Amino acid sequence: MLIVLFREIVYRTFVVALCGLVIIVTVKAESVAAESATFELSSDCPRGFELVAGNKCELRTLYQFYSSTQNRGVGGTHTALPPHRDGFSPQQIDLGRLLFFDPILSGNQKVSCASCHQPKRGFSDGRAFSVGANGSLSNRSAPTLWNTAFLSSFFWDARANSLEEQLVGPLFSPNEMANLPQQLIESLEKNKDYPALFAAAFPKQQLSLNSVYTALAAFQTSLISLNSRYDEYAHGNHDALNEQEIAGFNVFRSFVARCAECHTPPLFTNNQVAVIGTPEPSGRGLDIGAEKIFGSEKLKGAFKVPSLRNIAETAPYMHSGGFDNLRDVAEFYTKGRGHAVPEGVKMQIHWHIWEPNLQGHELDSLAAFMRTLSDSKFTPEVPHVLPSGLPLVHDEALQEN
Amino acid sequence: MKKLLVLLLILGIAFVGGVYFGKQGEQTSRITNSQNGSSFVGGYNAESDQTLGAATADSPQEVERQANVLQVKEGEKIQDAVRLAEPGDTIQVFPGQYSETVYVDKDDIRLIGVIQEGARATLDGKGELNDAILYSGNNFVVENFKIIGYKGNAIMGQAGNNFEIRNNVIADTGVYGIFPQLGKNGIVEHNVVSGIEDAAIYIGMSDNIHVAHNYVFDSVAGIEIENSRHAIVEDNYVHNNTGGILAFITPGLPIKTTYDVIIRNNFIDSNNHPNFGAPGSTVSGIPAGTGILVMAADDVIIENNIISDNKTAGILITDHANAAEITFDKDSDPNPDRVAILNNTMLNNGYDTVKEVKALMLTELKSVSPDIVAVGAGEGSCIINRHRYKTVGIKKYADCDFTNTDDVITYALAEPVPPRVIDPSERGKIAYLGVCAGCHSYTGRLIGPSVVEIKEIYKDNPVGIAAYIANPIKKRDNFPEMPPQAYLGGDTLLAVGEYMLSRED
Repeated sequence: MLIVLFREIVYRTFVVALCGLVIIVTVKAESVAAESATFELSSDCPRGFELVAGNKCELRTLYQFYSSTQNRGVGGTHTALPPHRDGFSPQQIDLGRLLFFDPILSGNQKVSCASCHQPKRGFSDGRAFSVGANGSLSNRSAPTLWNTAFLSSFFWDARANSLEEQLVGPLFSPNEMANLPQQLIESLEKNKDYPALFAAAFPKQQLSLNSVYTALAAFQTSLISLNSRYDEYAHGNHDALNEQEIAGFNVFRSFVARCAECHTPPLFTNNQVAVIGTPEPSGRGLDIGAEKIFGSEKLKGAFKVPSLRNIAETAPYMHSGGFDNLRDVAEFYTKGRGHAVPEGVKMQIHWHIWEPNLQGHELDSLAAFMRTLSDSKFTPEVPHVLPSGLPLVHDEALQEN
Repeated sequence: MKKLLVLLLILGIAFVGGVYFGKQGEQTSRITNSQNGSSFVGGYNAESDQTLGAATADSPQEVERQANVLQVKEGEKIQDAVRLAEPGDTIQVFPGQYSETVYVDKDDIRLIGVIQEGARATLDGKGELNDAILYSGNNFVVENFKIIGYKGNAIMGQAGNNFEIRNNVIADTGVYGIFPQLGKNGIVEHNVVSGIEDAAIYIGMSDNIHVAHNYVFDSVAGIEIENSRHAIVEDNYVHNNTGGILAFITPGLPIKTTYDVIIRNNFIDSNNHPNFGAPGSTVSGIPAGTGILVMAADDVIIENNIISDNKTAGILITDHANAAEITFDKDSDPNPDRVAILNNTMLNNGYDTVKEVKALMLTELKSVSPDIVAVGAGEGSCIINRHRYKTVGIKKYADCDFTNTDDVITYALAEPVPPRVIDPSERGKIAYLGVCAGCHSYTGRLIGPSVVEIKEIYKDNPVGIAAYIANPIKKRDNFPEMPPQAYLGGDTLLAVGEYMLSRED
């Protein structure tokens, strides 16, 4: 007995052809110290963290002055953040920092985590699809790593529930770092410095994949960006944003544009998946996203709602990099429900996607507001020398663009 | 042959069902006096609510100051008064035409329209502006406005606890009339709302809400309680909407539950308006003529309403599986559990119901105009005096072990939700580590000078540090000028000064 109370609507439209992206980058070569160095892990927590009893780093942010409904960390200006990961030791975080930048983690030792998550590019890589160790393209765009401490699911299709679970993907995917578990462990064990560094960070553990994952997760959760001009406004300095930016904030949270319904302050994501029907680049087939993970056709084309913090630094946008600027992203939402869904594909577009008929100046102000969400004051220091002795590679990735 | 088999199958199910439920047949004829039974005790206990820490005297929000009254006259901007207002202030808006979006990102602001001989302060969006009033501050009060012609909402809150939305007249303001979202402890009362293409009054992802004495009409949904807990909807007049009063779980939202909702003493009359909801919206699927709609919500108590002339059904209860425009969410419970239908006055409902309900009735070999329709899964639901109503799908409903809700007066809180209490020393540390550490380290230069240097300059003088942070001046040629941090508030700035001076590493 199936009773259908609610109408089903299928939108049939053609895919919008996409323009290729040309990104011009100024290259700044960093000198790499040639001499070998001795490595000692920091006993200080990263900025924004307090060292507490048990040698743990705990996050401190002004948002801890507030509470949130049902402790979910979604709301308005004076709302607490979602529950977060912290409590790693300074040594684990610092070891994670070295590993993060070290191409020793990749199969051919040519790419590091930072190749696709570059500090200068908002911990993303400026590409629609990342280039892996073997030169092949990844399936989806590299997400920013800022504020991953607050996320409850990982990957665009939400298939991992922890950073440790997530890390397994890029490390061993042939399209990404293309390593093998055995090789990864052996290369670390044979290295002259890493065994001692792991022993310092994990006194009670053998060097293992798990300790690699923990160290990388520790480093990633230390990447905190909560001191943007928007944050200053939220905490009470109403001069922190100009007139256009405040107007943009009001469009953003209005129930016409409805951006804040999913990109909910203070994290600017609600940690859910949503079907919005963005166009795929030409030549790319439809990416069904979370449908594959959760086995529900209702989630065809569903992807995680990304945080908009530091969004101005992480173009191109969407899971397949279909938009290269924030105004075009904003405009997508006012072009009609399901306008970019390929003909013959049935997608249950999210209920907040409608036809808000935003005016040109409103799109401009939305883009201006999103640019107020940038803050990279707590960017960690890039190591000058790596324990592997390999050169830093992530700036080369910049060069290739 | 095949058709016959299907028919036999249906009959078979009906027969088996009849035997099984026949044991409960005595219950179906039981006459229950609701005055004699026990009361629903409610699902909320303030004493066990951990979000309610006791406010202490040194909580910075408790600082006494003389509250001001700011007056706004026609020709002036309300937002200019909001900009000047400080927590505790009242803004009086005199009758006249105003056309702006008023946004309130401060705590403790009262925005009060002054009514003079029936003339109100009128906010007119002229079909161009998005929302009339946006607020994110706590303890926000808005009263006595007339609001027309907006595209989004008349009054929208994002977070903000302890809100009061009262005595506003709202017509044709787009998607929602009154939409407090993500708040705790709020009152929505004595508002008149009409012509809204989604819900006239929409409580979203909130707790401890009281919606009373409102008149909502000519909208797609009258009053909607969505992904919210501990809500009472009472004494409202809900007329000529597509659906009258709704208690929903919408999947895909960050807060997943709706439970403990009491819908009582409302007039829910002739909600037969053609549906004009936006395509894809949840309410666009509501069949016109639905008095009360419960979708997946738990512990919904329906009592003492007069439910009349709603053509599809007086009360419609469904799970997510029977609702097509609903997304999938593994964290969302799709079934309505423990719905309780107490005494209600039901007149002339379901007289022109939808074909899906007719099909459902066929499975029970009924062809009636249903007052109550339940479809899909769910458990623990109950009803009293079921013989009074024409029903379908409620065979598995037991008799309720309570008969009224007299013991639950309100879920609004006796005391406002207090601000989170942070010890002053903690405030200093949090602000220093969370903000100042972006530019200052203990030793060595980041962007600004080191704490060691600052300690030398301001030895035993935290007040001096606080004063400088609030209004910095350029002191060092080779350093950038420090941006002022006065927004942190005097207490926190002083605590930052004390914390910096106390640091040893």
